[in-house]
Formats: sequence, C-alpha cells, structure tokens
Amino acid sequence: MDAASGTLATTRATPDYDFGVVRLFTIAAMAWGIAAFLVGVVVALQLAFPALNLDLEWTTFGRLRPLHTSAAVFAFGGNTLLATSLYVVQRTCRARLFGGHELARFLFWGYQAFIVMAGVGYLFGITQSREYAEPEWYVDLWLTLVWVVYLVIFVGTLARREEPHIYVANWFYLGFILTIAMLHVVNNLAVPVSFLGAKSYSAFSGTRDALVQWWYGHNAVGFFLTAGFLGIMYYFVPKQAGRPVYSYRLSIVHFWSLIFLYIWAGPHHLHYTALPDWAQTLGMVFSVMLWMPSWGGMINGIMTLSGAWDKLRTDPVLRMLVTSVAFYGMSTFEGPVMSIKAVNALSHYTDWTIGHVHSGALGWVAFVSFGALYFLVPALWNRQRLYSTMLVEVHFWIATIGIVLYITAMWVSGIMQGLMWRAYDSLGFLQYSFVETVLAMHPFYVIRAIGGVLFLTGALIMAYNLWRTARGDVREAERTGGADVAPALAAAH
Amino acid sequence: MWLKHSTIETRIPLMMALTLVTVSIGGLVEIVPLFTIETTIERVQGVRPYTPLELAGRAIYIREGCYTCHSQQIRPFRDEVERYGHYSLAAESMYDHPFQWGSKRTGPDLARVGGKYSNEWHAAHLINPRSVVPESIMPGYGFMQRELGYADISDHLKANRAVGVPYNDEMVKNAVADLEAQANPEADSKGLEARYPKARVADFDGDTRKISELDALIAYLQVLGTMVDFKTATPENLRQ
Repeated sequence: MDAASGTLATTRATPDYDFGVVRLFTIAAMAWGIAAFLVGVVVALQLAFPALNLDLEWTTFGRLRPLHTSAAVFAFGGNTLLATSLYVVQRTCRARLFGGHELARFLFWGYQAFIVMAGVGYLFGITQSREYAEPEWYVDLWLTLVWVVYLVIFVGTLARREEPHIYVANWFYLGFILTIAMLHVVNNLAVPVSFLGAKSYSAFSGTRDALVQWWYGHNAVGFFLTAGFLGIMYYFVPKQAGRPVYSYRLSIVHFWSLIFLYIWAGPHHLHYTALPDWAQTLGMVFSVMLWMPSWGGMINGIMTLSGAWDKLRTDPVLRMLVTSVAFYGMSTFEGPVMSIKAVNALSHYTDWTIGHVHSGALGWVAFVSFGALYFLVPALWNRQRLYSTMLVEVHFWIATIGIVLYITAMWVSGIMQGLMWRAYDSLGFLQYSFVETVLAMHPFYVIRAIGGVLFLTGALIMAYNLWRTARGDVREAERTGGADVAPALAAAH
Repeated sequence: MWLKHSTIETRIPLMMALTLVTVSIGGLVEIVPLFTIETTIERVQGVRPYTPLELAGRAIYIREGCYTCHSQQIRPFRDEVERYGHYSLAAESMYDHPFQWGSKRTGPDLARVGGKYSNEWHAAHLINPRSVVPESIMPGYGFMQRELGYADISDHLKANRAVGVPYNDEMVKNAVADLEAQANPEADSKGLEARYPKARVADFDGDTRKISELDALIAYLQVLGTMVDFKTATPENLRQ
C-alpha cells in the first residue's frame, strides 16, 4: 500500500504525512506491551508462589498489580491507540497532522512522561487506589493537558480532510477521545493535602464515589478498550482483507447505540452492594442491551471478510485480526451474562472476572493491536513485507494457546471459588474456611502463569520480527525467487 | 435516515456535540440522583470520622493497594453474613475518600474485620502472614515496623474537611496529640475519646519505643465495621 504513495504522486499530490510520530508510538506500544505482559507474569507467579513478593515494599503484589494493569491498558493499549489513530486520521483524511512536528512530539513525550510518572509512583506507593485510575492528582493534571493536545491534533487533522465524509474509524476514535476526557476529569476530582505532596482525597465518598468510579472504570473498558479499538478494526481489517466494510448502516446503528448504552453499565460492578437497588437494576438492564451493539460491531468486522475468507488460511495477520473480533464477540456475550444479578452473585469477587477481563484484553485488545502493528511496521518503514510470515504464524498459535490456558484456568478457579464460598455441609455450617479456597486455587494460578508466559513469548517473537522488518530484512527461507525482493532491499540500504 | 447521517459525518462540531450528549445521558441519570435522593445513605447512629491514627492507617491501606485483593463490602447473602457479619450499609463508608469496596477477594473481605482478631495477631500476620496462616499467599509487610510519618496529619484532616468530612477545628488542632494518645495506653486519652467516641486505644504493634506504620494500619483495621451498633440498627428501622 505504501507503494501507492510513489505511483500516486504523479496523479494526485500525496500529503506530507507525519509518520515519524506514528513510528515512535509504534515502538513505544511494542516495548510497553512486553513490559505489561512481563509484569503480568510476575504478579501471576506471586499469587502462586508468595515468596516472590520478596517482602520488599516496592515489589509486593499490591504495588505491582496496578503497574501491570496500567502498563497493559494505558501504556500498551494507549500507545497503540495513539499510533493507529494518528496514522488512520492522516490516511483517511489525506491530510498531514494538525499542529506540526513539535506538537506531535510533545504528545508523544508527554504521554510517555505520564506513563513513567504513574508507574514510578505505584512502586513508591503513590496511588489513589481507585481501580484503573490509580495515578495521583499531579499525574492526572498532566494527562489532562496531554489529552487536550491529542484532541486538538486529531480534530485539527479531521478539519483539514480532503474527503467530505469523516471515515467510520474516526467516529470511534473521536468518541473515545472525548468520552475518556469526560470520565478522567470527573472521576479524578480530588483535594490534595498539599501542593508539594502527592497525596489527595477524592471529592466523593462511599456509595457515590463507588458509582462515579465504576462509571469511569467500566467505560475505560467501553471507550478506551472498545470504542478506540473498534476504530482500529474499522481501518485495519478492511485494509488487510482488501475488502470494504461489510455494512455502512450497521456502522451507524452500532456506533450510536454502543456509545449511548455503554455509559449506563457501570453499576453492574456494584451488584448487591450498598448502592441503591434501582441503580443496580438499571446497570444490569443496560448491560444486557449492550450485547446487541457489541455484536453489531463484531458482525461488521467479521463479515468484512465476505469474499476473502480464503485469506484466513494464508495470511496469519488477517487471522489475528479476525480472531480478535471473534474474542470480542465472546467477551461481549460473557459480559452481559455476568452482569445479570443472579450470575454476578456467584462471579463477583472471584477469578471469573479476571478471566473475563483477559479474554477481552488478550483476545480482543492485544490481538487487534498485534494485527495493526504487523500491518503498520512495513508501511511505516517502507518495507514491502514482514521479515517473516512464518513467525507471525508461530506468534498466533503460541499466543492463542496462552489465552486459552489463561481464561479456562480462571473460569474454573473462579466458579470453584464462588461455589466453595457458598457451600454448606449437612449440618448447616459453612463447609469451607476462606483459606481452604485460597489453597484450592493454587493449581489454577500455576496454569494461568504458564498461559501468561506463552503470551509473553509470542510478544517477544513479534518484537524480533518487527525489528527485523524495520531493518529491511526478509527471512532467508521466505524469499520468493529473490528477483522481486532484491530491489526493495537495495532501495532500503 | 441513512442519507441524513451524512449531515453528521460531514460536520465535526455537530458530530462532537451529538457524541457528548449521547455519552452524558447515562451518567447523569444514574449518578445525580445519588446526591439528591435522601434514602441513598441510611440514617444510623455511630458512624464517625476516622481518628487521626486510623486515618493514617487508611492512607497506608491505600498506599499498599490492599484493594487489589481485599473487598470491604459484604453482600446480603446468607453465606456472606455468616462468614463476615451484617451486610454493609452505605452509611458505613460515608466518610471514605475514596471508597475502598474493592472488586476482588483473593483474600477475605475486611469490611468487619475490626475486633475479630487481637492486635498481636494482626502484627504477627502483617509481618509474616504464614506465621499464623500457613496457607496464606499474602505478602509480608515487615517494613511497616518503621516509624510512622505524621507531622502533617492535621493537613490530612483539613483536606478531608474540604471534601465534606465533619472534622471540626478542635479535631484539626489536636490531630497530632490525638494520634499519639491513641497509640499509647499510658497517655491521657480523654480528649481523644470525647472527640472520637469508642476510639480504641492501644499499643497496637506491641513496640512501645515508637509509633510505627503497623500501629496506624492495625488501628484502622480494628475500627472497620465496628462503628454501627447492629443491636439497634435492625433492617426494620433501617428502612426509610
């Protein structure tokens, strides 16, 4: 596709795209991804073997777990979203990034500074202990500034577009940027103890704080990890498949219904708590309804392959993208099921939730990101192809097996734990003490850690493959004749 | 209808405005009433702001990310009520900034852990969990035997007051003295007990030489779930 930029130049001027910043975000996404998976493996092992906490204050599970979740969501996911959105908005608008070179570099380094400030803070115990919103007030203020710059660059570029219509991927990116801004600001309202110290106290308390936090928390999933990544799907699946998006009407219906319904779903994290019943029920009903627009997106993504199904056999990158959409469909079915109060009574507080999150995070978010990065690196570094398709194949299978081990282990352990908590013996006493349930989970924690190691291994293979691709190498065994590859290599050096 | 959508997708300000309206509705409908409907928080006796030492302990609980493994919210199920005690009331976390209900029970719920174990048990358990619960997978927190930093504790009370916790001037003024009095059974704790009814005074970690982080954290753990007297707060008179 980048070959097009050369040939098209004669007929229609190609804008002077800023792909330099996209390259930076791409590298950061891959590096943070590996860091996130590595810390994930460490915390998984800590649950199986508590001695690995080392009993040092910087290495306990309580401090490393937010490091893992933030690295996965905001560092890996965030950099992927920034890389892809800044690429897609330029290509689909045929316009150079608004704000110029400096503003884009500020966005890149500003965002990395946010990640480092947040992560270092966790290790030193600087945290709000609000799930997925752990960074303290000064980091939140910094991110707000960086996010406004992101919005300005993105909307400014949209305004420069040569096409009258805004492409569907950009609706999702725009929805994600706007909504995350709203959620971030409201959920992090707090009063610092002093302007020289890190500690703050949240503006809301108790029940109200709980709902504000899960309104934020669920929509960090809904807009950061879903709407933004649907933007990725809407560009990279059609490009890789070489087919147009399946249905324009479905895009419209599922975009507006998805962003409308998602916001309501937060209370399903607070079933049977002190949150008023009416709010819980409202959250449950909207979570079940959310199944429909979610599957609208899945259908639109998967059916884009109409007429190109055969490519699944030969193109592991496309297979990765399509598998991600299939995992998306599975997770967004499981989610509504778990939001039903009767099911949630069993699943809440258990590993089932962790399994559900990871079928979404590993299967959907990470796989669609991998697919997009495999597409982007040859495009950004002007290479005709990846270093090795075979290594993508290896990555696909090793990561898929890792995910299956992970989620099945957590399903079993979660449901087992939930059942053990509520089990009664024949005399009417609770059958198990709490610590017996902890003991019973050990084998599943080991299996989960093995799944994580496989997933991490896959990512390392990917990083190697992308690095060789960027260098312009093509794996010896995969060179086709040499004649068609050699000029590309010569041009690269 | 589909043709009309082109009106939206060709105009950025319109698209942004409609998106913002669409994503605002759910939150407004669900969150705003929690601040206006009076029955959201039950009217019960006994819930008071945390003492300075408990507040410092809570800051340690937050610092260590205890919420990643422990919930503080008992659901109204037979097994939970038998295992942990009376289901949690909204009033019991009304001074919690932020709330720490948690979402995961890798370890047990702590909403009513107060008074269940002795101070000595907590100290031993925090320093090395496996010394008292061999199967435990909790990290050891021996480093909390270090001295507690509390010089700025009155600023913490002030920040809490700014977000709505009813700390009065007297509480703020005496914050340091109250903190020290609670950790020292020899001290005069009359003022502390007048300001914070039923505050538990003890040398929580058993080390008389200093006030440690363990002292603060255990003081916090020991007050959890103990403020409301459930002999009087029955479901019948909680209904409003």
